[in-house]
Amino acid sequence: MLGSCLGVLFDGVAYGSLLFLISVGLSVTMGLMNFVNLAHGAFAMLGGYLCVALMSRVGMPFLWTLPVVFLAVAVIGAALERTLYRRLYKANHLDQVLFSIGLTFMAVAAATYVWGPNQQPVRLPDFLRGQMHVGGVDLGVYRLFLVGLVILITLSLHLLMTKTRFGAHIRASVDNQAAAAGLGIHVDKVFVLTFALGTGLAGVGGAVGIDVLGLDPTFPIKYMVYFLLVVAIGGAGSIKGSVLAALVLGIFDVAGKYYVPEIGAFIIYGLMLVLLVFFPSGLYGKKA
Amino acid sequence: MMARPISAPAGQPAGKAVAAPSSLPERSLLPADRWSVREVAFWIIPPLCYFAFPGYLMLGSQILIAGLFALSLDLIMGYAGIVSLGHAAFFGTGAYTAGLLASHGWSEPLSGLLLGSAAAAVVSLPVSLLVVRGQDLGRLIVTLGIGMLFFEAANKAAMITGGVDGLSGMEVGRLFGLFAFDLVGRTAYLYSFSVLFLLFLACRRLVHSPFGLSLRGIKESGKRMASLGVPVQRRLTTIFIISAALAGAAGALLAQTTQFVGLDSLSFSRSAELLIMLVLGGTGRLYGALIGATLFLLAQDVLASLDPVYWQFWLGLMLVVVVLYARGGVLGGFELLALRLRRGR
Amino acid sequence: MKRILIGLAVLLASVLPAKADTALKIGLVAPFSGPFADYGKQMDAGIKAYLHQHGDSVAGRKIEVIIKDTTGPSPEIAKRLAQELVVRDQVDFLAGFGLTPEALAVADVATQAKKPMIVMNAASSVVTTKSPYIVRFSMALPQVVAPLAGWAAKNGIKKVFTLVSDYAPGIDSETAFKKALTEAGGEVVDQVRVPLRNPEFAPYIQRIKDSQPQAVFVFVPAGEQGIAFMKGFQERGLAAVGIKVIATGDITDDHVLDVMGEVAAGMITSFHYSAAHDSAENKAFLKAYDEANGGQGRANFMAVAAYDGIGAICQVAEKLHGQIDGDKAIEILRTMKFVSPRGPIAIDPDTRDIIQTVYIRRVEKIGDHYFNIEFDQFANIKDPGK
Repeated sequence: MLGSCLGVLFDGVAYGSLLFLISVGLSVTMGLMNFVNLAHGAFAMLGGYLCVALMSRVGMPFLWTLPVVFLAVAVIGAALERTLYRRLYKANHLDQVLFSIGLTFMAVAAATYVWGPNQQPVRLPDFLRGQMHVGGVDLGVYRLFLVGLVILITLSLHLLMTKTRFGAHIRASVDNQAAAAGLGIHVDKVFVLTFALGTGLAGVGGAVGIDVLGLDPTFPIKYMVYFLLVVAIGGAGSIKGSVLAALVLGIFDVAGKYYVPEIGAFIIYGLMLVLLVFFPSGLYGKKA
Repeated sequence: MMARPISAPAGQPAGKAVAAPSSLPERSLLPADRWSVREVAFWIIPPLCYFAFPGYLMLGSQILIAGLFALSLDLIMGYAGIVSLGHAAFFGTGAYTAGLLASHGWSEPLSGLLLGSAAAAVVSLPVSLLVVRGQDLGRLIVTLGIGMLFFEAANKAAMITGGVDGLSGMEVGRLFGLFAFDLVGRTAYLYSFSVLFLLFLACRRLVHSPFGLSLRGIKESGKRMASLGVPVQRRLTTIFIISAALAGAAGALLAQTTQFVGLDSLSFSRSAELLIMLVLGGTGRLYGALIGATLFLLAQDVLASLDPVYWQFWLGLMLVVVVLYARGGVLGGFELLALRLRRGR
Repeated sequence: MKRILIGLAVLLASVLPAKADTALKIGLVAPFSGPFADYGKQMDAGIKAYLHQHGDSVAGRKIEVIIKDTTGPSPEIAKRLAQELVVRDQVDFLAGFGLTPEALAVADVATQAKKPMIVMNAASSVVTTKSPYIVRFSMALPQVVAPLAGWAAKNGIKKVFTLVSDYAPGIDSETAFKKALTEAGGEVVDQVRVPLRNPEFAPYIQRIKDSQPQAVFVFVPAGEQGIAFMKGFQERGLAAVGIKVIATGDITDDHVLDVMGEVAAGMITSFHYSAAHDSAENKAFLKAYDEANGGQGRANFMAVAAYDGIGAICQVAEKLHGQIDGDKAIEILRTMKFVSPRGPIAIDPDTRDIIQTVYIRRVEKIGDHYFNIEFDQFANIKDPGK
């Protein structure tokens, strides 16, 4: 019994890790730039397709595709930021929502046109498959990898925000744009780089998620709910919040499905409602 | 609203008639909800289409129903500022209520319509508690989550709703005991049109009333309105319930005119398409909702048959363009054009 | 003003379709876009294969297929399109219907207009009961599920865990399987219904591992859910413990089988059509399919159903010498039998549903591709759900 309990807990943490990986980019862009970017899923999808293309056309090993995908998607994100997103920073949230939905539709249609509507097959390297026996419990190797990746990214982001100049610039620009500009900080440059960071992370999330979530052109719409949930519950802009929200959602979802499968589908939405009633701006969110 | 007479400027003897400046149009003195020629012309079009396009009446009926649904969203989005990604929940509630009544022997359509609308209103009460309190992003996600919850609930209750297979076997009786729902869609079209028109009149009256104006104030700044003594939460809850009732009516209409209720009436794509229709037409103008619904469904019918992949792409592109350059949608664009033309004169 | 109206009316009258063409019109109502875009495309491809093989006219009339896209699970659009086909285009036959709600919504139209409605995919049992003008050429879900349970019990698999997606077809298959297995002397040790949009199978697979059955009966939508389940299943070592996976053949749909790849190897499924079926009719069909639809991939069961459906329509047209009357057409369709690329088929005169052979197959790799190889069969299966 304990064994299965630990197993369920681990699976929940792993699922939460995946949710975090696909949502952290959105938390970054939304929290730091106050932009509701529903097209986040499209960047994740792009990352996924790039990963598949690199692995099948160029024969690049899976782990190597991740940094390449990060850079590629970040560059594309930066380009879109310069040309399109920038104009809507001052717009109201509805306009941003509609704009990003429009971008999402365009991305879905483009993906269908280029890659076809079917699932993309992906073959993980052998050392990432199978299970490991750890202390009496069987843990999936790929899941361990996901958890490890989350820890790595969280630490890196934390270090970036708190220990680097760039991180300080980001925090200053978010708190008070005018004052930051007055201090000589290139707010424009900060925003571009932050957006690039957010979208790059999304791309990595998409690539890493293919094995579990699958990859087809409707990916951005199918999983939109999940990453919006994580960011809304965690509080936009807070990495800590995103981690906590993703873990809570992941664990409750998996545990619920294991112990009470009859209400499986409702758990995640019910939990969302409960949490948003008690924490309207998210667990670690800033009050507007 | 009473017309207020022009007060004589200070310094002039009150008795002397002040010559009204020639550039002041007489129209500004009349109540704001007088019917303009354009509006009358607009409402002549649907009956005209009934005679002009006898082979397209089912499409017309679905456009009218979508128009009613978009109207319901405009009330909360355009006038009260609540953005909802889950409005299909109320549409579906109305549809399933009407559907269940008709498939269990209650074949009278008008009462089915009323009950469907009422069910949606009742269901919206607890939902409004969650939605009205929140702000912006959190609220948006809540509406999204609620929409999905309704969808899952209807799927789970497949014994009653038919789940993914849908609810069939609806026996919709004759309207007023006289008009049967026929294959060509004549009754469906006139029925949808009448319901839309009547409810539109009610909405129009509502938005031009002090209540409606207070909503506009709330949209601009809830805090300021509260300081004026307006019960903000209560107003928002009221309009939310009214909007849900209208959405429920639209859903019931669709169920009755197609004699079928699919699970898609509660789906996220229905809510999302609704939002797009409204934005394309222009929010906050009532007519924008109707125009947006018409344009969207017509475009979908024509373009989707050409190439489905292109339809989605162009739809997305249209949205992006509208948001970047033509905020206010089609009607907003018209107004801008009219303004420019007037200024240019 | 009057002149304008008259002028408009004349203009419209000239644009409206001319009555009574000589073409034999068939309205194909199915999803061609959205998540189910493949359904409509496969049907269209199957029809094209038939016309390529047999020529595109019958009884002196040219066959015209009018394609209408329902864009996905939208029964109101399906119904409206069917109504327009009947009223505006004056079709002789309604055909297609990829999803059950589409077929259910259109049933009334067929009845009111007295048009034969050829169902080429929608698989719920109730479909054929909704109108006396419906004839189905695809399959009924319980029809392919029941023999699987029979086969399992016959081969010593008595303890089965069922895992289905929580939606109508999933629940139907769960019910049908349980009934057939219990009748054959087996036992369903546990059952679980997973949410329709489920990305994570881990908790469910863990449950399967805990209850240690001999096999798992799975019903999830084909495509990513099937792949996700099989991946999880193999990753957790359930295959290594000896638990078999048995399912209906739509999870190993020919069209997507290669994408599933090796995770599907060894899966045992029951279905009415496999592209690897060894018969002259199937070879001819596959050849015509490739020639008429270059680059579309492998033909699957929906293409075959469409191929058979239009074949049936042509037979009716010939027997009636091109004069299609709804009631007469149904009378002919009711007693139709012929050999399809899948094997011998017949229509049940009482239910207007299809009677066919259900094969038990295993996924095996032949060369570079995966196929469903048939190794057992149950002939003349009717829909037990009626």
